Amino acid sequence: MSGGPHALAPDDFDRVSVRDVSRTFGRRRALARVSLDCRAGEIVAVLGPNGAGKSTLLGILATLMRPSDGEIRYGARTAAEAGDGLRGRIGVLGHDLFLYGELTARENLRFFGRLYDVSDLDARVDAALAAARLSDRADDRAGAFSRGLRQRLALERALLHAPRLVLLDEPFTGLDDDSAAHLSARLRELKLHGAIVVMATHDFETADGVVDRAICLDNGKLRDVPAGAGPLRERYRQALREARG
Amino acid sequence: MTRTLQAAWTIARKDLRIEARSRELVYTTLFFAVACLLVFAFAFVRERPIDNAAAGILWVALAFSGTLALGRTFERERQGETLRALLLAPVERGAVYLGKLIALLLLMAAVEMVVVPIVGLLFSAPLLRAPALLAGLLALGTVGFAAIGTLFAAMLVRASSRDVLLPILLYPMTAPLLIAGVQGTAAIFADEPNLVLAQNWLAMLLFFDAVVVTVALWVFGAVMTE
Repeated sequence: MSGGPHALAPDDFDRVSVRDVSRTFGRRRALARVSLDCRAGEIVAVLGPNGAGKSTLLGILATLMRPSDGEIRYGARTAAEAGDGLRGRIGVLGHDLFLYGELTARENLRFFGRLYDVSDLDARVDAALAAARLSDRADDRAGAFSRGLRQRLALERALLHAPRLVLLDEPFTGLDDDSAAHLSARLRELKLHGAIVVMATHDFETADGVVDRAICLDNGKLRDVPAGAGPLRERYRQALREARG
Repeated sequence: MTRTLQAAWTIARKDLRIEARSRELVYTTLFFAVACLLVFAFAFVRERPIDNAAAGILWVALAFSGTLALGRTFERERQGETLRALLLAPVERGAVYLGKLIALLLLMAAVEMVVVPIVGLLFSAPLLRAPALLAGLLALGTVGFAAIGTLFAAMLVRASSRDVLLPILLYPMTAPLLIAGVQGTAAIFADEPNLVLAQNWLAMLLFFDAVVVTVALWVFGAVMTE
């Protein structure tokens, strides 16, 4: 777990603890007393039907939203205690890709690298382009890329600053088999380097061989997906059936 | 503080680079402002322009064209939800506000460099009577207008009726600023100029800007957290 760009800094966190977090939007309850612990070197899949609260949970973990109730601790500190610097330890790949279509792939990475104060930026950008297998299209505008290529670029944008907590919302969307396999390998690499990966996905088959454990959100309530030898989809369905009685 | 300013400049440079490629905002605002001036010129200029018309027309053209630019500058951040990406960056959220404000100010300054000489030409406005004072009024007026507008445009970025709500919120809030700008400019352009009065309006604009920018930087982070 030591070494590599994701190695723990002295003041870095090695776990994220979600405690009784609820979130409401008006009268609609998106999350209801959700508790969850994620540790360094762990990949957690967040499963659930559409509108179950997965993106809300990721948004709260990313500090983009405040919980209506409960708290989240990044190591020993809450987001308020950790300050703006905490966001520098979080990488987010949203369903929307957070890319500027008018900028080239290289310019997108350089822009976000500067915002995150990434050291040795040119080398990191070149490495990110290579990891996204976009070195030969580095100076093409991101808006001209297919969804799959943009997805690969967006993943490297999210990982450019070597975050401790990696939040991925549907990361396999738009990827062909080869790219999905590449992403799975990238996730294993992150795990090896001690990153905490939380991933919302509907792609059970691809996620099955990658994730360490899975949780299921249904109508804002969290339930563990039982560990076992069976396929992730079956275990998820079983968890959902039990949750709904 | 240095980090905040660095991040703000990074965001402003990104906006300017995108604008340099598309030229969407500068063309839209410029053509709109010039069209405004031409319409007013045909309406108000016979043998000689109506007294004090130039000051009002100049500020109306700048306010309306500025509103166009405001709406579009945040529309770009809505595509691809890049505003969220900016808010996720490990910098004070005020840096995002400041970056967007700097880019908008530079864009409006570019438009003013074309619009102000046209006002001088069409309405026989004495632009060189007190050039530093006039530049000060325009600069402070633009800062105040853009400062309020940037905050409201950011707040409304996810509102479905943002195009309607932005002018409704913006114009009442910027009315004191526009009045100060018009009065100060009219005091310079008048047949019997009153530069002391223009300086007083300049001081009022300075005070207005200081309050608006401080409040906007203070509340931006809170209003942008969902």
